[in-house]
Amino acid sequence: MVQVKEILTKALKKLVYDPLKIILKSRRGTFGLIIVLFFTLMATVGPLIVRYDPSTVNLSEALQPPSLKHPLGTDWFGRDILAMLIIGSQDVLFVSFVTALITTSVATFIGILSGYMGGKVDSALVAVTDIVLTIPGFPLLIVIASVLRTSNPILLAAILSITAWAPLSRAIRSQTLSLREREFVEMAKCLGMPSIHIIFSEILPNIMPYIIINGIFAFTGAIYAQVGLFMLGLAPYKSQNWGVMLNLAVNYAGAVFSIRQASLLAPAICIILLQVGLVFLSGSLEEVFNPRLRSG
Amino acid sequence: MPGNPIDVMINQYMQQGMSMEQARIMVSSLYQIDFSKPVWEQYIEYLQLIIRGNLGVSYIYTGVPVARIISYALPWTVFLLSISITLSFVLGIILGMFAAYRRNTKADHTITLFSTITNAIPNYVLALIFLFFFACVWKIFPMRGTRDPRIPPGFTLEFISNVFHHATLPILSFLITTVGSWILQMRGATISVLGEDYIKVAEARGLKGKRIMFSYVGRNAIIPLFTRLAIAIGYMFSGSVLIENIFTYTGIGYYLTYSVTARDYPLMQGCFLITTLAIILSNFIADLLYGFLDPRVRIER
Repeated sequence: MVQVKEILTKALKKLVYDPLKIILKSRRGTFGLIIVLFFTLMATVGPLIVRYDPSTVNLSEALQPPSLKHPLGTDWFGRDILAMLIIGSQDVLFVSFVTALITTSVATFIGILSGYMGGKVDSALVAVTDIVLTIPGFPLLIVIASVLRTSNPILLAAILSITAWAPLSRAIRSQTLSLREREFVEMAKCLGMPSIHIIFSEILPNIMPYIIINGIFAFTGAIYAQVGLFMLGLAPYKSQNWGVMLNLAVNYAGAVFSIRQASLLAPAICIILLQVGLVFLSGSLEEVFNPRLRSG
Repeated sequence: MPGNPIDVMINQYMQQGMSMEQARIMVSSLYQIDFSKPVWEQYIEYLQLIIRGNLGVSYIYTGVPVARIISYALPWTVFLLSISITLSFVLGIILGMFAAYRRNTKADHTITLFSTITNAIPNYVLALIFLFFFACVWKIFPMRGTRDPRIPPGFTLEFISNVFHHATLPILSFLITTVGSWILQMRGATISVLGEDYIKVAEARGLKGKRIMFSYVGRNAIIPLFTRLAIAIGYMFSGSVLIENIFTYTGIGYYLTYSVTARDYPLMQGCFLITTLAIILSNFIADLLYGFLDPRVRIER
């Protein structure tokens, strides 16, 4: 029992306390962590405490300036902007997270397989990756999303990752190629270990930091593509999303010229904050994984 | 095909009182489609036409060849992208080298922080904020369009200044969101070149600081950036879709989304083809540039 406790505290120290210490040491890391935590809370706990239903239209309260009742004011349909923002964050974060998950897993699988197997498998996979790399990602996304018109978040995430995996897969392949030549992998091969074992316990742990960092970048890329798609109005309006808010703000600005700052600026600032926070956090995580980058 | 516009057309003609046969003949002559052939044969015909530069006829702008719409739209996109990429690359290189030469000073920290933040901002969000403040609130720049239609096109000062007036906000949104990555890359490249032995030798030989900066540090640090520049040009074609839509800037990206929402498949394929060609071409140029700029790669081959 004592031993279990000791192992647990050790693991906790290694996986939580030590990285946290490094992250909190730098101002950027702290900022990034706070922002990411803030938006995670907003997306998970937020919808439970929202007082207004963002889908009900109440024209008598349309276009109100910020007040105690509506901290960010209301939009053209009398919907509370803060409530829309909170409900919208749920969709943005969930879809982007699933997209990042799909993108990094596909990229890792194809990259490692291609780099480790070599030969014909490698050349075939490299050819596929090269072809996908030349497809213009966002235009293809527009075409597919407008044809499928899905409001299923998982399917949307799958569409978003159609071309996003290729650059990462190429990078992971080259990492695997260089790892394959290292002594400890050669050693494992000489000892007659099965390929599965070598991939999972020799190669994967060594590129894991790289995968996690790039997973965060996949997340920011997914936010960019997803919100952009909704902003163009090419995905269905069913879901509450920051992109839909931006789209409405733009369209109504064009129509009546009496734009309410909050309906445009609130989602815009949220997107910027979230993106900057994620990039800062990834920079700090890089310091966690790579001791040479740490200053002092 | 979901939302097949040809079916819609045939239905429309039939509702106007034509027979199925008549409607089909009408549509097939309007859009040069031969229904008697299987789809794959039609596709091969389409490919053959593309090689001859014929991209078909737009469904929405009835009778207008897609090639003509693209030839009208492409110059605007190229104009927008070439100016913003050149500005952002040159500015990025200057600021990146500046930051690397003054590394770990206050100036360096400010530049790096600025680059990291602007690099993370999505270009369309910045474009929307610009549109809101500069075009809606302060009305300094026009809200939409590529030029004022009242001014006749030509090499007059009035026309050119009007075009730039319309292009300022799109260019600024591109410039600010891309300059950061050039700054960071140039800073990293310069720092690693500054640690090379040949720089120390050049210093020991008593060469002037400016000469070392331009012919030794700058030249070597810039090589990897040039190849990335070529690739970035291709990707910016894809990114310009959102910017062009926000400013209603009638380039390739604008027509792409327009054709997608209008189900104008020939125009959509044409725009998509041009964007893909831009990416392939820029990758090709990147490969060529690499061998051209870096003699080491040439000798090894």
